[in-house]
Amino acid sequence: MQGTAGKDVIVTVLVAAVLIWALPLMVGTYTLTVLAIYAMLGLSLGLIWGFGGILCFGQAAFFGLGAYTYAIAAINTGESTLPMILAVIVPCVFAALLGAMMFYGRLGDVYLGVITLVVTLILFKFISSTAGPQYTIGTARLGGYNGIPGFPTLNVPGRPDLFIWGDALYYLCAVALLLVYLGVTWFLRSSFGRIAVGIRENETRMSLIGYDVRARKTVLFAIGAAIAGLAGALFANWGAIVTPGLFSLSQSAEIIIWCIVGGLGTRFGPLLGAAGLGYLKFLLGQQSMINNTMLMGLILVLFVLFLPRGVVPAAISVWRASIGRPRRAGRAGALRRNRRRGRTDG
Amino acid sequence: MAEPVLETQHLTMRFGGVVAVDNVTFTLRRGELRCLIGPNGAGKSTFFKCLTGLLTPSEGHVLMQGEETTGWPPHRVAALGVGIKTQVPNVMDGLSVQENIWLAARRFVPSAQAAAKTREVIDRLALGPIARTELGRLAHGERQQVELGFVAASDPWLVLLDEPAAGMTAGEVARMTEVIHELNRTAAVVIVEHDMQFIRSIASTVTVFHQGAILIEDDVETVMSDPHVRNIYLGKKA
Ligand SMILES: Nc1ncnc2c1ncn2[C@@H]1O[C@H](COP(=O)(O)OP(=O)(O)OP(=O)(O)O)[C@@H](O)[C@H]1O
Ligand SMILES: [Mg+2]
Repeated sequence: MQGTAGKDVIVTVLVAAVLIWALPLMVGTYTLTVLAIYAMLGLSLGLIWGFGGILCFGQAAFFGLGAYTYAIAAINTGESTLPMILAVIVPCVFAALLGAMMFYGRLGDVYLGVITLVVTLILFKFISSTAGPQYTIGTARLGGYNGIPGFPTLNVPGRPDLFIWGDALYYLCAVALLLVYLGVTWFLRSSFGRIAVGIRENETRMSLIGYDVRARKTVLFAIGAAIAGLAGALFANWGAIVTPGLFSLSQSAEIIIWCIVGGLGTRFGPLLGAAGLGYLKFLLGQQSMINNTMLMGLILVLFVLFLPRGVVPAAISVWRASIGRPRRAGRAGALRRNRRRGRTDG
Repeated sequence: MAEPVLETQHLTMRFGGVVAVDNVTFTLRRGELRCLIGPNGAGKSTFFKCLTGLLTPSEGHVLMQGEETTGWPPHRVAALGVGIKTQVPNVMDGLSVQENIWLAARRFVPSAQAAAKTREVIDRLALGPIARTELGRLAHGERQQVELGFVAASDPWLVLLDEPAAGMTAGEVARMTEVIHELNRTAAVVIVEHDMQFIRSIASTVTVFHQGAILIEDDVETVMSDPHVRNIYLGKKA
């Protein structure tokens, strides 16, 4: 186990290094930066949904919270290091509180979806209505619909005069994505990660074995929010402005579509789905013939109908079948079966 | 007489107007192997659920090793060292046998020892040939074996098994019986069963449930020859 883990890390880092180097030869780094950020956001939901069975309709709330935290803190401190840290901590703590309320309140999966959705809506409404001058945090004005522009962007820690932007920001985001990916990989191999997958498969059984399902789901939910918050802070730096649109439902829905298209129950699927569909959206943005939202909806329908497990799991089974190796546990498949079957209890 | 490990006092569970468990006062002592029988709907599973925390009893008390556990959530009850098998197979379908049992083992030992513990349980239950198979692909009897594996992996001092032999082949039942006896060396065991032959083969005290209450509690032969019990069961089979 340890040996293969080490090999996996080396392979991942090598592949990532080649991609990080080669992609700018084909696509501009400005676009690649936001794709890396989307990939991180996709991975955050892929982690809690695909491996913890928590379908959150409000992952965009944590993304937006990270972005706003960064912008507000950066205006107040005039540099970026502390704001980056806060942008991870604030969504994480917010999610821990929200998660504790939901999981200790024994809410069913449907209500969990509804509550996360409503919380996103409330944040959106609230942030949108903060146009007045009375809405300030420290020296930062929230700005309502117009958002917050003009905050200090990333600088080299300790050197507020040395900004990280352009190509450098791309490399930073890509490496951050790689580190998060490796972190998620490590997490899933740890006892906590394996137990999370057990909970995804059967909550009742896991509690009868002696695991406190509520506490573990709360922690996992908070970890996902922390990753989304980091992505949000990077996004704020990329766009140099934060607006209430970050909290929008369409943003949340898009994250869910990324996960479904890329493939749940894999680490790479949501990441690929996010970057792939993000790139498609970018290409479509350059024309006005096809409506973007409608196309996303169409893609979702096509996948649900014809490739419900998503790209990555399907590719893995094709590859396994072609080299004739016996298939081990199809995790994504099992997850879907479980969801359809409902929970066994008795 | 050994000290009680499990007691209930006036335990009652109502579902609306239905009284599924009716004022049950029950004692199980250390080292005991008890069978719980009774016709369908007698309240055996509901009684178990009140013990394991899957249900909160309407009235009465549950005590484990003298500690009041009434209303505790299942994970706290299990963490005390109570091994539980529910009537409906309750397993992690998308994971392998090995991973399933590892999850149970890991709860009670550090991760460095969990793998060894998992192998030990797999050997003990002769699950080796299917260790890497996903639970969803296994037959009913094999899934029940895995549930017994959960129990064995947790080194319990109290074991509650709801119909462990249902749907098993004769060979599987024989192995199951062996494992139950093994568990009984260190744990008090309560088994809900319908199969009289199985109950005779593990020879113990039998508690008969009827309409939510305890009808009689005695050794196997006395219970089997009791006219009231025969009457309840003859309406069906036995
Ligand atoms: N969740 C519930 N809601 C309402 N009634 C219930 C519920 N669970 C059980 N009951 C009722 O309680 C009674 C006892 O059921 P229980 O499942 O405990 O019986 P049992 O002795 O385990 O039967 P079997 O041998 O068929 O497993 C039955 O009348 C059943 O319909
Ligand atoms: Mg029953």
